[in-house]
Amino acid sequence: MAFAVGALMLLALGVNPWGALKALLQGAFGDLNAIADTIVKAIPLLFVGLGICISFRGGVLNIGGEGQLVVGALAATAVALAGTGLPGWMLVTVSLLAGALAGAAWGGIAGFLKAYLNVNEILSTIMLNYIAVYGMNYLLRGPMMDPIQVKLGFFIPQTARLPRAADLPRLVPTRLHLGALLAVAVAVLVYIFLWRTTVGFRIRTVGMSRRAALAAGIEVKRYMVLGLLLAGLLAGLGGAVEVLGVHHRMFTDGTAFGFTGGAGFNGIVAALFGRLHPLGTIPSSFLFGALLTGANKMQRVMQVPAALIVALNGLIVLFVVGSEVIRRRRLRRLEKLSAEGKG
Amino acid sequence: MIGATLVGIATSAIRLATPYLYAAIGEALGQLSGVLNLGVDGIMLMGAFSGFYVTLLTGHPTLGLLAAVGTGGLMGLLMAFVSVTLQAEQGISGIGLYLFGLGLSTLLFGMTVGTVKAVAGFPPTPIPGLSQIPILGEILFSHNPLVYGAFALVPLAWFVLNKTPFGLKLRAAGQNPLAADSLGVNVIRVRYVAVIIGGILSGIAGASLSIALLNVFQQNMTNGMGFIAVALVYFGGWRPLGVLAGAMLFSTVNAIQVWLQVQGVDIPSDFALMMPYVITILVLASMARRRIHVPAALNKPFERGGE
Repeated sequence: MAFAVGALMLLALGVNPWGALKALLQGAFGDLNAIADTIVKAIPLLFVGLGICISFRGGVLNIGGEGQLVVGALAATAVALAGTGLPGWMLVTVSLLAGALAGAAWGGIAGFLKAYLNVNEILSTIMLNYIAVYGMNYLLRGPMMDPIQVKLGFFIPQTARLPRAADLPRLVPTRLHLGALLAVAVAVLVYIFLWRTTVGFRIRTVGMSRRAALAAGIEVKRYMVLGLLLAGLLAGLGGAVEVLGVHHRMFTDGTAFGFTGGAGFNGIVAALFGRLHPLGTIPSSFLFGALLTGANKMQRVMQVPAALIVALNGLIVLFVVGSEVIRRRRLRRLEKLSAEGKG
Repeated sequence: MIGATLVGIATSAIRLATPYLYAAIGEALGQLSGVLNLGVDGIMLMGAFSGFYVTLLTGHPTLGLLAAVGTGGLMGLLMAFVSVTLQAEQGISGIGLYLFGLGLSTLLFGMTVGTVKAVAGFPPTPIPGLSQIPILGEILFSHNPLVYGAFALVPLAWFVLNKTPFGLKLRAAGQNPLAADSLGVNVIRVRYVAVIIGGILSGIAGASLSIALLNVFQQNMTNGMGFIAVALVYFGGWRPLGVLAGAMLFSTVNAIQVWLQVQGVDIPSDFALMMPYVITILVLASMARRRIHVPAALNKPFERGGE
């Protein structure tokens, strides 16, 4: 339905929607490189989306993916640069851990504010996004700037290239890197965590009814913090993977979008589309990765700004959360009817 | 010298309060009726673009303002449909609306204008007589019409909320929709009207940036102002006067930050730019111990005969 609206929008703008769709599909699946790029784009969405699965199911709304990706990437970059000379596996592990921890801290701040100071987590995570961005800009224009840039006087706001030992291995001779397998493995872990462990069960209970959770003796506040902290951890890991797997350095164009490509928001869309299920989020991240990769091609071929996808994603969120409620209401009515039938 | 500086900062603080005031008062109306609209930033961006584009085409900022009113109203209608009729989770649907506005305004700008262009927005119109008052005249009465409008909105919103039947219905819909319904208030309609008016005001807030204060449009030019406006509503305790105090706090911080940058004071500008967001969090956190009167039915969809 959102796609139909997208087609209508294109028509209204005087663009042939079939041509745009063709360019989009070709850009996303046209050849091996295109498919690899689609998967590469899907990886951060999946990491963020998995965090969304945990936090939304825990009843806390994490909109801070952008900032968490950024701080995770920054921490991983700093550690990888500092660890020059370490063996590759160790460097990669430590850098990824640093990213995850930084993201967890960033999400945890919002969790603490929510649980103990009653600060709306949507607002606080969005504010933390901006704070992360300006912090990133400061670091990359100052202390973390590539010494070569400083020496040459170009002052491009980016760090030095990370040591090659920190590069995530490529899987096939494309841009596809190990992060893809890692993300899928984490998705399975998140599934097991949410449905097969006590802590996961408690998080979901808090999400379903805070009052019931309290009555059951669950320390609601602690699990609200945990939900946001884990969401931040996964997004931070995603940011670290993005640096080690794709860019091999940190850079900024002044906005979060320059580095994340909007994955902090698109991951939310992917998770909602995957019905907040970790395993459902895998294919839906792939789908949105395709959409993003295809949109780049569409922008080149048809001169349709890739922002079209942002607008579409917004509509998809509205449709998904809107239709969810209709579905539930219909179910309730059916239940009532069958109950009356029995009585 | 110091006097001139202070007057300069105060004058620009009044100017810069404009978008916050429109957006936050609009949001307060929606929230008081029971709807939390987190899409304000997206509506502002659409208002900013449509106001800018129509002004660019016609040369008349008044027509641009009307366009922003129309777009804002439509965006408000969309939010009302999703949150009131479909009863969707308001937090996430607001984020959807935000992404929609962000993407659509960027898309439309890219396809129609493309490059940074300035328009002739609302010119400063000093109020005759009053603007001659020393010091205060410059600070308060030397602005463009949208600035005056924003400050006029505060008493107007107070009057509507507290002294009119509609204001009473609106607050009832947000406080106890079931009771309001049993007294014959059409809760659904009241919420629609409140959210649409909120959308219109957010549209004007956006236009105030693009055709009155800065006179340009850039993608994502609001930079999260709409979210800060939502925070201002909490800060203001859902009262227009409280919102005014919050808006002035932020615009003063903004004005000081601009002044510091112009002066070339040696703090990294990134930290200065970070301030509004840090302050927003601090402000929200400081509310924890204050007893505030949250609209009881905020964020709760209403269904006749439900629950």
